[in-house]
Amino acid sequence: MSSTLEIRRDPVDCSGRDPALLLRMFHRMLEAREFEEQLYYLFLTTAMPGTMHQAVGQEAVAVGVVSALNPDDTITSTHRGHAHCVAKDVPLNEMMAEMFAKREGSCRGMGGSMHLTDFSKGMLGAFAIVGSGIPIATGAALSARVRGSGQVAVSFFGDGAVNEGTFHEALNMAALWNLPAIYIIENNQYALSMTVAESSALPDLAARACAYDMPSARVDGNDVVAVYEATREAVARARAGDGPTLIEALTYRIRGHARFEAAGYRPEDEVEAWKEADPIERLAAGMIAANLATEDELNRVRAEAEKTVEDAIEYAQSCTDVEAEDYLAYITAEN
Amino acid sequence: MRQLGLSAAIREGIIQEMRADDSVILLGEDVGKFGGAFHVTHDMLDEFGANRIWDTPISEAGFTGLGIGAALTGLRPIVEYQYLDFIFCAMDQVVNQAAKIRLMSGGRAKVPLVLRGPQGATGRGAQHSQSIEAYIMHTPGMKVVMPSTPYDAKGLIISAIRDDNPVLFVEHKLLYGAASPGGGKALSDSAIQAIGADVPEEPYAIPLGKADVKRQGSDVTIIATLLMLHRALAVADQLAEEGISVEVIDPRSLVPLDVETIAASIAKTNHVVVVSEDTSRAGVAAELVATINDHCFYDLEAPVQRLAAANTPIPFGPAAEHHVIPQVEDIRAAVLRALSE
Repeated sequence: MSSTLEIRRDPVDCSGRDPALLLRMFHRMLEAREFEEQLYYLFLTTAMPGTMHQAVGQEAVAVGVVSALNPDDTITSTHRGHAHCVAKDVPLNEMMAEMFAKREGSCRGMGGSMHLTDFSKGMLGAFAIVGSGIPIATGAALSARVRGSGQVAVSFFGDGAVNEGTFHEALNMAALWNLPAIYIIENNQYALSMTVAESSALPDLAARACAYDMPSARVDGNDVVAVYEATREAVARARAGDGPTLIEALTYRIRGHARFEAAGYRPEDEVEAWKEADPIERLAAGMIAANLATEDELNRVRAEAEKTVEDAIEYAQSCTDVEAEDYLAYITAEN
Repeated sequence: MRQLGLSAAIREGIIQEMRADDSVILLGEDVGKFGGAFHVTHDMLDEFGANRIWDTPISEAGFTGLGIGAALTGLRPIVEYQYLDFIFCAMDQVVNQAAKIRLMSGGRAKVPLVLRGPQGATGRGAQHSQSIEAYIMHTPGMKVVMPSTPYDAKGLIISAIRDDNPVLFVEHKLLYGAASPGGGKALSDSAIQAIGADVPEEPYAIPLGKADVKRQGSDVTIIATLLMLHRALAVADQLAEEGISVEVIDPRSLVPLDVETIAASIAKTNHVVVVSEDTSRAGVAAELVATINDHCFYDLEAPVQRLAAANTPIPFGPAAEHHVIPQVEDIRAAVLRALSE
């Protein structure tokens, strides 16, 4: 099977969908986009320490998946994790403060872009070693089983992670024990410069699920409704005790791998084609087409998202810098 | 009092904690129906069932990660490695994840996780004989616990389970003891002292970071863990007959380390030998020597003697293994060197 789906630019099919849900998803995707667009400028001005990885163009995966979860369901994320956090309702102010290494940050300035965490929101952590969050999410699923909590655990990871041993080990155990886990391959088609075709003997990544006798789905990752629907089915299966699901969401990383990385290894026309498949604009067009929102309403949401991020930057800049010995309080827990 | 072997003592501590706290679960290879490669988890599946005793596939990185995820979401998992040599398959999960999550989250996460298993040179060749504690001791965020007697083992495993941090709990194969359910698998060592075999039936906790003076003395201090502790005691017995009074300290945990007890002993004896079964280079003994120099330099009347395994993979042949690992006679010679300088 081909490693790529046809690039779809058509409006998302919104017919019969709950407009409030669609608007919320639109809003969250815009916040994630705006958050990362502003980060880009902040890094350009050298106002921000460290590095960051943008998920521009991939927002529908994070938002579509998380929209199908309950607030107390858990997720693990990756080095490219801002959109997952936004989707999971991690406060933008705290996220932005963390980017600026402030004490008020999500991780008190100790984690940074690649380790955003918020247990109060079920965000178990961004694990920046590729593939390392997969067994950890599986452990959260096992824990949900042991505690009888009814929670579902989701692991987000990229196409590069499927070639780590942890992918195989964790999916095997989850399937073996019917754990309430959902595995999301956010296939943005490049692991830094390496394409899926160059890295995976079988480029149809969802097909790997058959090795674990696990249900799987391959969806258009730029169609937030399609992602939401696939996840909803997986959640229902997990909560019913019928075990894990592997979902491959095909999307595209519009920006480079990190910060200013220029991604010169990608054909220009490929990038342009995917820009036209923008998941946010496709949802907007779909809502308009289905008469579920007006341009004015959508513009109001756009303005709101911009304002939220602007406020977050202002808030973050007013916060307290991490001091030299802050870390001493965080190395080990006192019982 | 009732006597137990080391593995039976660890087993009893785990069982008592599992009875007292539903959040304690156990994961590992052959820990269920087989009862653990060294029988530490003998019959636990019958009592606690498959929802708490998880017989895992051979997937060390995977089930270590499962333990971490479970620890982050309200459980207190114990992960068993059949041999601690196998923990290297899971080093990313241990070093990059378990150890770092608390700091990375700005103290919002806790990772109450016990990683335990056997180590030590027992004629099994290089991949089932090494001592791994220095790798983990080098990793901030991890605690490292080293029980050398059944009494200590029970009290320390209970503390390790109750601790809110990831803890490596190191067991020595030669110390498991013939009285344990897995005793038939353990080889014997003539130097193993029958100390600390009296184990109270009720649960008790020994705080991590509290050393134990296993033998009082006045001329020289030996600091040693696990099997080396027993060999040090054998040396102390020998030298007592020759008029040399040896104090033997068991740190019981390397992280946190009870520097106070060590320093108090050295202030008294002014001579010290550190013995460890792990590889000498950048090893536990090296760290102890550096710590002693930091804290006790002006109490020393002679250089600290460092005794540890030779810088080699552990060879299989018995004579070669014997040569590589510190023996009673090597410890004795190191003590005499310390006293002669």
